[in-house]
Amino acid sequence: MKDKIRIASGQGFWGDLIEAPYWQVTEGDVDYLVMDYLAEVTMSILQKQKNKNPKLGYAKDIPELMSRLLPVTKKKNIKVITNGGGVNPVACAEAVLEVAKKIGINDIKIGIVLGDDILPNIDELISSGNKLKNMETGESIEKIRDKILSANVYFGAKPIVEALRQGADIVITGRTTDTGLTLAPMIYEFDWDFNNFDLMAVGTIAGHILECGAQSTGGNFLGDWKSIKNFEKIGFPIAEAFPNGEVIITKHENLGGKVSFDTVAEQLLYEIGNPKEYITPDCVADFSSVKLKDFGSNRVLMHEVKGSAVTEFYKVSCSYFDGYSASGSLTYSWPDALSKAKKADEILRARLNNLGLKYSEINTEFIGLNACHGPLAKIQSENEINEILVRFSVRSDDYNSVERFGREIAPLILTGPPAVTGFAGGRPKPAEVVAYWPALILKKLVNPKVNIFS
Amino acid sequence: MKIKLIDIAHGRSGDKGDSANVGIIAYDDKGFEIIQKYLTVEKVKKHFAGICLGNVERYELPNLRALNFLLHNTLGGGGTVSLKHDAQGKTLAAALLRMEIEI
Repeated sequence: MKDKIRIASGQGFWGDLIEAPYWQVTEGDVDYLVMDYLAEVTMSILQKQKNKNPKLGYAKDIPELMSRLLPVTKKKNIKVITNGGGVNPVACAEAVLEVAKKIGINDIKIGIVLGDDILPNIDELISSGNKLKNMETGESIEKIRDKILSANVYFGAKPIVEALRQGADIVITGRTTDTGLTLAPMIYEFDWDFNNFDLMAVGTIAGHILECGAQSTGGNFLGDWKSIKNFEKIGFPIAEAFPNGEVIITKHENLGGKVSFDTVAEQLLYEIGNPKEYITPDCVADFSSVKLKDFGSNRVLMHEVKGSAVTEFYKVSCSYFDGYSASGSLTYSWPDALSKAKKADEILRARLNNLGLKYSEINTEFIGLNACHGPLAKIQSENEINEILVRFSVRSDDYNSVERFGREIAPLILTGPPAVTGFAGGRPKPAEVVAYWPALILKKLVNPKVNIFS
Repeated sequence: MKIKLIDIAHGRSGDKGDSANVGIIAYDDKGFEIIQKYLTVEKVKKHFAGICLGNVERYELPNLRALNFLLHNTLGGGGTVSLKHDAQGKTLAAALLRMEIEI
């Protein structure tokens, strides 16, 4: 058994810093590279792509990225784990094998995790008594049944561990929890018992610290952000894990950013609810149990982590079509910038109303004034305001109403208040709104499957 | 005596459906004593009047010198549905740090 492993975070979301995973494997030693690509909305986008082309439906950046990483990971024996397989891990694995062959690497094993996609048999599941009611509102799935675009179960670390045990160098999954990507290598390397829920919580919470990339190493840091050095080459987090359940959060020394009690604590607090009940497929982790010890020099020990037993459910995330929306903006300058922007809003609303168009919501925000903090914003006297960017947004079930809204922004320039600019990029086009439906499903009804491609 | 929350604490916020989570972390133990005592559900609810339209939940993480608040019905329908510029409540931790506390 290894006496420690180093797990590096390479991406915090699909669209994150492209160079980061390459730096993680080249600027120092690591054993694993984990990359989270999936947000709620991503699954529905990928499902749409797969509907059009059965060879798509995964994070398309991956093959290109892997062609850069593979020569390094192969040489240094670094394993890669990602949930970027989206709704088509098979196609993703095939694409990676293809780029590997092109660069002369013919002996890699890719483990893929399948079984999270329950869209094909969702009707069967519902009619056999799985209500899949909304776990936040309690509403019946019937409300959205004919509008569902994707339906995926969140798997945890277990199937990834299985893939590693079968010898995978790369593991590509569909909808897996972000935290499971980091927990899995700890279980595999240290042979942790799946029923030791304190250890499951260690890997889960370390995964939470890694899952948003540089958000734990000085990125988006609301503390003393000016103290963060070398943002341009910021180091992503590394979890140095030990068999006894201690983890040191760190980063490569020659990269930028900072790892301290404060930077790690901010990420621990990110997007959590009740800290004592962070529920995953692997355990219920207690974030309030976490103790941090800052050694200085970008090393923070996380210890004494507690967890408790798993529930009998997996979380299911369904996405469904929920109408159309569009946003457009204009900029008004001094003098009377705010009054002009408010007048433009009044004119636009009157015109939309006169046309008899229907919206479930119209929202107007004055960016530069109070779009972020609303009534808490300190408003300067209008005379001092140099410019206001007014942002109009609408939402409607009626495509035509949203489409026409997009054609009513530019006319304000020549038919409304003066000193106006900033209309670029053409008419705002209606975008499909994809809403999200969280539910629970009994674990015994879903079977993760692991296949090895080579 | 009035204390500016931004002088004794930092934090981070994000979305959970139509709810925002706002984590506030004190820079030291003394700061944590102050936020633990004075940063109540009622004060936070009042601070976010007009922004948080639902109830407020409060949790303590003393090991991290931190409090976590869940602000329900706050994000205009949540992530993908919301028309708000800050649909994910990313700037709400900074908004809470505007608070001044009378001690």
